[in-house]
Amino acid sequence: MTAIPATARKRQRNGSSRANFADNRARGPRQSIMSRSAAMIIMGVFTLYFLTPIWWLLTTSTKTGGEITSTPPLWFTSNSLGTFLDNLGRLFAYGDGLFGRWLVNSAIYAGVGALIGTVIAAMCGYALAKYEFKGREAVFNVVLSGVLVPATALALPLFLIFSQVNLTNTMWAVFLPSLVSPFGVYLARIYAAASVPGELLEAARLDGSGEIRTFFTLSTRLMAPALVTIFLFQFVAIWNNFFLPLIMLRDQALFPVTLGLYAWNSQISQIPELRSLVIVGALVSIVPLIIAFLALQRFWSSGLGAGGVK
Amino acid sequence: MRAHYGKVTAAFAMISALALSGCSAGGDSSEAGAEAAPCETSDGPVELSFTTWVPGMDQVVELWNEQNEDIQVTVQTGPNGNSGTYQNFFNQIQAGNAPDLGQIEYDALPNFRVQDGLENIAGCEGITDAQDQFVDWTWGQVTFGEEGSVYAVPQDSGPMAMYYRADLFEAAGIDVPTTWEEYATAAEQIKAEGSYITNFPKTDVNWFAGMVWQNGGQWFANDGENWDVNLTSPESEEVAAYWQDLLSEDLVSTLPSFSDEWNASFNEGDQWTWVSAVWGATTLADGAPDTAGKWAVAPMPQWEDGGQTAGNWGGSSTAVLKGSEHPAEAAKFALWLNTDPEALALANELGGLYPAAESATELEAFAGGVEFYDGQKIYDVFADASANVNPDFTWGPTMTQTYTDVSDGFGAAIGGSGTLMDALETGQQKTIDALKAQSIPVSE
Repeated sequence: MTAIPATARKRQRNGSSRANFADNRARGPRQSIMSRSAAMIIMGVFTLYFLTPIWWLLTTSTKTGGEITSTPPLWFTSNSLGTFLDNLGRLFAYGDGLFGRWLVNSAIYAGVGALIGTVIAAMCGYALAKYEFKGREAVFNVVLSGVLVPATALALPLFLIFSQVNLTNTMWAVFLPSLVSPFGVYLARIYAAASVPGELLEAARLDGSGEIRTFFTLSTRLMAPALVTIFLFQFVAIWNNFFLPLIMLRDQALFPVTLGLYAWNSQISQIPELRSLVIVGALVSIVPLIIAFLALQRFWSSGLGAGGVK
Repeated sequence: MRAHYGKVTAAFAMISALALSGCSAGGDSSEAGAEAAPCETSDGPVELSFTTWVPGMDQVVELWNEQNEDIQVTVQTGPNGNSGTYQNFFNQIQAGNAPDLGQIEYDALPNFRVQDGLENIAGCEGITDAQDQFVDWTWGQVTFGEEGSVYAVPQDSGPMAMYYRADLFEAAGIDVPTTWEEYATAAEQIKAEGSYITNFPKTDVNWFAGMVWQNGGQWFANDGENWDVNLTSPESEEVAAYWQDLLSEDLVSTLPSFSDEWNASFNEGDQWTWVSAVWGATTLADGAPDTAGKWAVAPMPQWEDGGQTAGNWGGSSTAVLKGSEHPAEAAKFALWLNTDPEALALANELGGLYPAAESATELEAFAGGVEFYDGQKIYDVFADASANVNPDFTWGPTMTQTYTDVSDGFGAAIGGSGTLMDALETGQQKTIDALKAQSIPVSE
């Protein structure tokens, strides 16, 4: 197999579009105050729109079941911290620490699933970008069409397939389908084509590096920003995936946190004390997502920046 | 969040459509298999699985497991029926890996029956003899009136009565209504005081069905072959017209039930009554904590002076699902679960269940006064109500669809376009269409 020098041409094209972008930015400061404040207002409105529910979640999780309805919804009560800690304690104690179990499950499904899923997507995308073989475009198109099929539509067929091999109601039932990410393959291919120069691979080959070694030591580093993006997308997608576990799992001990909270939420009319637990639980369940974003955001922006100055 | 749930519901609708079309071909066998199959016990130790959404059920089952070494039951808890568990049952029945036992609400049982998802356990030891141990109407729900058939064991029920603010009625000098006519009069007087007599729950169509049930109405009937849909019977229309009047004159509020604003409106004293089921007692106590000690419970207002009828809202059964390899043991467990005094007491304490068993009235939990209701022995009222629920009420095989269509119509009526009667009319037509679409025979 030979590497293709097509990337060189592509880079030129990319280069010119970047130049346009730079021009636009240079014009930025000269824009009128009107249009800038309009932009700020729109951004402000959206920020408010997205943050208000989270703010509500934060304030409400510091209230007892009764206070939720009897106090102002967007502000704290006089004993917020105490109630919050109490709620947290009850959350992790309820049902023999079921909630902690769910968090761990979610971490396994999303963490390990996203990690392996990213590696698979990266290898697949890299192979599609850097190796020329028969049917390459056909394979890519099939993978790409996978992006268009909603995961929800696949849940029932997957359930029937997993039933055949007696894997429903096991961790595998949620874990295995989470490993594939057509969008990740697409992203990896585009990025590998743009960021891994064919000349570099040629040089590695001349130096005697095997293809696998080249991929893991050289190419993955060049593709790092894309890999972080794929990992984050995949992590969030698995963490928020709800329908597949709903269909696959019967045993509460296997639930991810989303499904567990949903199950609790559906029981509120019978067990009203769950109301405050669901709210605190929802707050706790978004913390890992926030941490993942804050921790990985660094790599993300540095990667985009690295592309920008080339 | 809302949009998210909407999507999930849409997905359910789509998938249930798939599952239904897949099932209807096999529907013929169910008609032939009406006779109870012999129910043979298995040799040696048996393991059963049981899916439910009653909190604390695992501890009740623990009790059974300790006493029955040869029949060990594993409990799996999921979201409540219409939130996903029923659809999972259907999927699992199709894939042949359904749990042995499942919790199914009365209004969903006919759906499972029509799709041949239930084992007939009438032949199992002790099942038919157990009839006397259950409140009459609940037994009708699990047999569908078929001769020699029992498809589930009644678990809990929701007989209805009227919760009311004793303090406010007294302070305002308004008589506590005993008939619906008095109720409407009281509604006007309460409106004059600046409050509402109650809230009309547009999405709780099963609540409305409870009202029709009290009035002697029937929404569905099955003569063994054809389904008869009767959402627009005179009794049903009477109830609809009654509430339409209250709505038109703005005498009742229209908050979404069980929402925060709904709770708040009870908590702040804007609602004077709530005609609801026995399980509403804890809902109210939790949602309106500031009103503790001010509530009381009276029988439902009557359509006829001196009447004693009551409706029912909610309740479920323990069914043996199709494909169970140990129906005899499963039936034995289901019977124990719903009749054993110790099990009933624990299920009430942990899961808030009001048992369908007659012996419920003897349970300690229902004997004393309840603090939130100023020490009133409210469960006596519900026990009487339970005995006065019409035993012949039948649910249809597509209740989820019926609820949705009627609820949409109710929403429109509240918004000012159309009436509750129109909603029933539309619900009637759409239900007939839905039954026909699933090749379920309908008589017209």
